[in-house]
Amino acid sequence: MEKNDKKIPWFKRYNKGPVDQPAREIPDGLWIKCESCGEIIYKKELSKNLWVCSICGHHFRIDGKDYIDILIDEGTFQEFDSNITSKDSLNFIDSKRYSERIKETVIKTGLNSAITTGIGTIDSIQVSCGFMEFRFIGGSMGSALGEKFTRAVERAIEMEIPLIVVSASGGARMQESILSLMQMAKTGTALTRLHNLGLPFVSILTHPTTAGVMASYASLGDVIISEPGALLGFAGPRVIQQTIGTELPEGFQSAEFVLEHGFIDKIVPRNRLKATVAGLLRYMYEPAVKTVT
Amino acid sequence: MKVQQFHLDFERPLVELEERIRELRIKASAGDGHAAREIIELEAKLNAMRSEVYGNLSRWHRVQVARHPKRPYSLDYINKLATDFIELHGDRGFRDDPAVVGGFATFFGHKVMFVGQQKGRNTKENIQRNFGMMHPEGYRKALRLFRLAEKFRLPIVIFIDTPGAFPGIGAEERGQAEAIARNIFEMARISVPIIITIIGEGASGGALGIGVGDTVLMMENAWYSVISPEGCAAILWRDRAEAPKAAEALKLTAPDLLELGMIDRIIPEPVGGAHTDPDKAAELLGIELRRELERFATFDESIIAKRLDKYRNMGVFDSGG
Ligand SMILES: [Zn+2]
Repeated sequence: MEKNDKKIPWFKRYNKGPVDQPAREIPDGLWIKCESCGEIIYKKELSKNLWVCSICGHHFRIDGKDYIDILIDEGTFQEFDSNITSKDSLNFIDSKRYSERIKETVIKTGLNSAITTGIGTIDSIQVSCGFMEFRFIGGSMGSALGEKFTRAVERAIEMEIPLIVVSASGGARMQESILSLMQMAKTGTALTRLHNLGLPFVSILTHPTTAGVMASYASLGDVIISEPGALLGFAGPRVIQQTIGTELPEGFQSAEFVLEHGFIDKIVPRNRLKATVAGLLRYMYEPAVKTVT
Repeated sequence: MKVQQFHLDFERPLVELEERIRELRIKASAGDGHAAREIIELEAKLNAMRSEVYGNLSRWHRVQVARHPKRPYSLDYINKLATDFIELHGDRGFRDDPAVVGGFATFFGHKVMFVGQQKGRNTKENIQRNFGMMHPEGYRKALRLFRLAEKFRLPIVIFIDTPGAFPGIGAEERGQAEAIARNIFEMARISVPIIITIIGEGASGGALGIGVGDTVLMMENAWYSVISPEGCAAILWRDRAEAPKAAEALKLTAPDLLELGMIDRIIPEPVGGAHTDPDKAAELLGIELRRELERFATFDESIIAKRLDKYRNMGVFDSGG
């Protein structure tokens, strides 16, 4: 029996309004305060529990790369296209040059883009996979991300294997303007080819997945899974509030709200993600008998 | 009597000159020969000034022209260009979204399926049309019409003119993100030609949700971007008033998009913008539309692969080294 199988009413905990806590670094030190229930937790314990509060079930935000350990069989992940990075093709300047912003982010995060892609196995099933990084300019989708996602789709097609993507994104990369918008078209239309070949795409949503990413590939999974309490939607809660001028209902745009309205299949806690995906693939995918040389 | 008319800031010198010409006309018609001569002079000056002003529009100015309350909307072009239009309604799931209109139409003898975003001309109309901001059921209505077009082998003609997909409670409850994503996915594999024209505002996913196709045309003063200049300014400059700066940075005009290879051609507008001469604007749009319909008079399934390849290659990135 897994720890998180205690009868915790997830929906009660996460129906408290849009879960819109700021991106937060995990503070140093041995103990950490749960940002949802306030309980002081031993950090090692929390880490062992995949950064899920054992008291209230709150899912702390973790890095995209952390999902490789959570989902992919140990030692089987092979990264591709790690050299692809963003380019400031419009010479976009706001408070700083976009080219500078890219450079700083690459240094700060040690990542080249907002998605890590590759292949690996899930319960011995070979998959093409992608893991989005919210810490890379809010997981925003620019041309680099669009290209890497598309290549991951093409890898799935070429190897005749399923596609699994973990999303976390605030939306489009504004500094790439129309090029960024067209990544919605590029990624969405790439999935058409995967679909036509009968290959599965499981879309996993984490906090937050909104706007351009939610309005393209993240919403196009054959099956869509979300972590509990994730903020999911098209428009940001603040924009909606400003537009309509009234309070937003409780739990609006939470994963639980979106499940209730029929736009995702399941809410799955972090420690059950791998087993759930593996279980789904047994129905959606029959590995080819031929061996890859 | 002075007629109260809407004009944009940079149009003021033009409006003043027009006003003087109007006054002189009254004098001339009363037999003032001097006034008649001055009219000819001022009209030449007006034309020169108009070319000057409109030849040097900033990106932000163009955004304002695209939003001009007198600018022709989808149904205005339908009225001027279509010899037949049978409007169809509803998404068969929730309701009819009046922010998007569609139906069977005939342009220059070519039978097509038409879908276009529709703004209102006044407050009452705008309440009904929701300022051209579609709800999920609007995207699903459009998809239903795309599928009808496919069934009956009709090319699809789309006009884009929206300040964005509607951000509201109902829109989220009914899956705005899913509706747009679904349309992108499905439009990629519709087996009839899809000809798109951005006639006014092309704001973000709200535009792209009916914006995947084989040809993308853009009117000279239209804009198309991942976010509105105001929205971009609010996020990156933390002040909506910085919209002119954001418009420059976003490179959202037709010439910008042509240079970036994101559109196929620019449709010229009458000097002064489409609103100054809607008949001429429709004529110019008609020329390009007709050309596309003739180009696609015959088509086969290969159209889908070409469309997919086009989108596959969009984007600019670094590959290291
Ligand atoms: Zn807790």
